[in-house]
Amino acid sequence: MRLFRPFIPSLAMLLMASSGASAQGVLIDKSEVRFISKQLGVNVEGRFRKWKANVDFRPRDLRHSKADFEIDVGSIDLASEESETEVRRPRWFDAMKFPIATFRSTAVKDLGGDRYQVDGRLTLKGTVRDVAIPIEMKKDAAGNSVAAGEFTIKRLDFNIGDGQWSDPTVVADEVVVRMRMVLPRAG
Amino acid sequence: MTQLHYTGTAKTLHWTAAVLIVCGFSLGLFMTRLEISPDKLRLYALHKWIGITVFLITVARVAWRATHPAPPPLPSMPDWQKRASRAAHWFLLALMVIIPISGWIYSSATGVSVVYLGVIPLPDLVGKDRESAKALLILHKTLNYTLAAVVTVHVAAALKHHFVDHDGVMARMLPGR
Repeated sequence: MRLFRPFIPSLAMLLMASSGASAQGVLIDKSEVRFISKQLGVNVEGRFRKWKANVDFRPRDLRHSKADFEIDVGSIDLASEESETEVRRPRWFDAMKFPIATFRSTAVKDLGGDRYQVDGRLTLKGTVRDVAIPIEMKKDAAGNSVAAGEFTIKRLDFNIGDGQWSDPTVVADEVVVRMRMVLPRAG
Repeated sequence: MTQLHYTGTAKTLHWTAAVLIVCGFSLGLFMTRLEISPDKLRLYALHKWIGITVFLITVARVAWRATHPAPPPLPSMPDWQKRASRAAHWFLLALMVIIPISGWIYSSATGVSVVYLGVIPLPDLVGKDRESAKALLILHKTLNYTLAAVVTVHVAAALKHHFVDHDGVMARMLPGR
């Protein structure tokens, strides 16, 4: 499940080595994919326990930067085992038929300062939508780059939670996804 | 025999809390047995609101009691009964404060915030964590069964005063005077 890409200095990175901190791979144990949904107006927090990332962040070469994710939707962590079992069912994620949600970046844009925007395609329960994830890059105490970003999706766009669960006053349509990726220090 | 009554405020708070505790306790037993559904979520929300209300009422009762002393125990009562009733009353009040807080912490540990009456968001007391949630649920249940046991003794003692001893102790908490 865990994907630690060996550090392979690319030609571009050798050229850029002195001018910018590039980062590859993701320190999975320090990173997280969380989400906040609203039930009856109350924030409910969850996360995915299993996911893979292929991130290559090059601040000086955004055209060759990328961020791809594969999320095991069955690994969802919710309030209780009962709700986890429920949301794996066909009317929610249908985890048997669509076990993996993917995000593939199509472009990384510089928003100035430490801010960037990652555009990409999110495939969830067989539905594809374009999403834009604004992120902020920071350094943690160990010198790793930390990319923090959040974006909002509408669950009903992906037919997640239908039938008696389609009422957005019970479970809100909007779900905020928060990602925190810790990228190892380059070199 | 005439006995000093509790104040009207103390009576109102006592009986409101009593009704809410019976409702909240029964609802807790009922809702946890339901299959997950939107109605189940609504009942959980209601259960939490009842609990927070009991907490608030209890704080108000303690504050009221600090400024309006309870009627003194009957001089004719044996000492052990005076001590036991005093201990039971404070234990009940303590449980009525601790149990809602244990439920609130449990809810936080499951990652579900509490929004009182759907309007007032309460802060999460702990972070989401499955293992602590399981332990806190056991704590919440244990405290509730303890409360049920003490309430049973409390009610039995009151009824004994009323129907066996005819000493007016229970009447002090009944409406009218």
